[in-house]
Order: sequence, then structure tokens, then C-alpha cells
Amino acid sequence: MENTNNAGFSARYSAAMREFFAGVKDELPILVGVIPFGMIYGILALGAGLSTTDAQVMSAVVFAGSAQFMLVQLAGLGTPALVMILTGFVINLRHALYSASVAPHTRHLSAPWKAMLAYLLTDEAYAVTITHYNKDSDSRLKHWYFLGAGLALWSSWQLSSAVGIFLGAQVPPSWSLDFTLALTFIALVVPALEDRASVLSAVAAGITALLAISLPYKLGLLVAALAGIIIGLWSEQR
Amino acid sequence: MNSPWLVMITVGILTFATRLSFIVLLERWQTPPMLRRALRFVPVAVLTAIIAPELAMPAGHLDISFGNLRLLAGIVAILVAWKTRNIVWTIVAGMAALFVLQLWFGGL
Repeated sequence: MENTNNAGFSARYSAAMREFFAGVKDELPILVGVIPFGMIYGILALGAGLSTTDAQVMSAVVFAGSAQFMLVQLAGLGTPALVMILTGFVINLRHALYSASVAPHTRHLSAPWKAMLAYLLTDEAYAVTITHYNKDSDSRLKHWYFLGAGLALWSSWQLSSAVGIFLGAQVPPSWSLDFTLALTFIALVVPALEDRASVLSAVAAGITALLAISLPYKLGLLVAALAGIIIGLWSEQR
Repeated sequence: MNSPWLVMITVGILTFATRLSFIVLLERWQTPPMLRRALRFVPVAVLTAIIAPELAMPAGHLDISFGNLRLLAGIVAILVAWKTRNIVWTIVAGMAALFVLQLWFGGL
């Protein structure tokens, strides 16, 4: 009896490890775009007057690339704290959509698991994980995949921020390394445009983002995302 | 910035709360079917909303012209992503295109 329990445990353990490393592996290509972006963040943060400690702590505490970019730029302009907080909050509101999207899959997990995965729920980890969740397979261990993808991203974000902080201003802006973020997102979006509804959703979101760019606190991003979702639903129903 | 800690910690807590929000809220209830269908469009809609201004407004205003090198490099990346469906190739091709265009028009 004890033996079968042990065998059951070790089979479950190795299945969990398989999921974990599959998540790490699928996150690796994305890191090609994330690492330069993390370095640029470190460089920008020092340029805006943050200390090396503050710049690194921000990567761990906020852990959201585009919000960190925006925050250090606002800091450099001497923006009041309340405006910075509002802006950071609104930029990251899109994560509520990610949260709703993974929620049906995380329901069976314990509270510490949910908290940990929520902390790791970035654009890049979400994009990879939701694709895996939507695959036909009844594995109850997909949260290990989520953890693998999330930790791979987390550690490379911390390290690349550190490298950027260390290099300081040695990387000239003309290298345009910040462009890697847009490229990473292109690489994630284009293969997901698999039917008419998703194409129309993307077109609507893109156009709305351009039209709404001047809304305060980067609210345009949220308005555009909602417009894209509504148009996607509408075109699916026709 | 004098004391970035207030901003960092507040934004950090708000971001964590946002990411945790529906994971906790939808714990008890089944996700309504309408919401479930809407959520399918989340990745595409959100990421495109981030990409579009990066490509079409690199200087903060709309610039649809051959002088907008990020737009041109972005179109190259979109084509490569479409043909290869490969993340690394897409990023490498987009950066290479931007470098070449920058060299071409005015140098680095």
C-alpha cells in the first residue's frame, strides 16, 4: 500500500516537473525580446534619477515592464506621486482581463498558489500560459506550466534590469532596444489571428488605441482593449 | 525623484490586486458564458492596443509615412510573424529591419 502511494506520488511529481519545464521552454523565445527591454528599463531608471537600489526594487515590486517604463519617465519629468500612481494603476488594469481569463483554470488551486501565480501574471507569461490552458488536455497540473513560464520571465526580468542598471548609459538610445517590446507582442498576436472575429478585434483595438491616445493616465489602452473585445464578440455573432 | 518608494509600493500592491482580482472573484461562480466568449479576445485586443501606437506614433503623433522607420520595421515583423509563426525570427527580423533602415536614412 505504501509502495503504490509512493509510486503515485512520484508519477505525479514527474508529471508536474514536465509541465514546469515545458512552461520554461515555451517562455524562452519570448525572453529574446524581454531581455533587451529589461536592460533599457534599467538604463532609463538611472537616467531618470533613481538610485540603483530603487531601480532594482521597482522591478521586483511592480514587476510590469510597460508600467515601469512609464513610471521612470514620469519620475524624470518630476510628476506628482498621485498622478504616477494613477497612471501605473490604469496601465496595469489590463491584467484584470488576464485574471478573468485564467480564473476558470486556477479554481482548484490553494490560496498560496493563486497568490503566486497572480504575482507572475504578466503579458508575456499570460500569452504563453493561456495558449497552453486552451489546448485539449485534461491535465490538472497546468499550473506548474504557468509557474515555469512565470518564473522564467521573472528571473530574466530581474537579471536584465540589473544588467541595464550596471551598464548605465553605455547603450546608446539609437540602438532602439525598446522596440523589442512591440516586436515581442507582434510575435504573440499575429499567430493568434486565426479567424475573422479575432482579426476584426485586433483592427478595432489598434485603431481605437490611436484615436484615444490623448486620454489621461493611459486610459486609451483600456478603452481600446474593450473596443477590440466588443467588436470581436459582435462579429462572432453575425 | 525624491522618494520613489511610496509610488513603487502603491503601484506594486495595486498591480498585484488587479492580477489577483478575478482569480479570487470567479472562485465560487461559474464564469458566465458571455464573459467566457469575450475573454477569448483579450490577448489579441490588449496586445494590439499596445503595439499600434508604438508603430504608428513613435514620436507621439500619428505618422503613416515612409519616414516612420518603426512602422516599416513593424510591417516587416508582422510579415515574418505571419509566415514563420516564430517568436525569435519575428524579433530578430524586426530589429534587423530597423537597424538597416536607420543606417540607410541618416545613420545611427
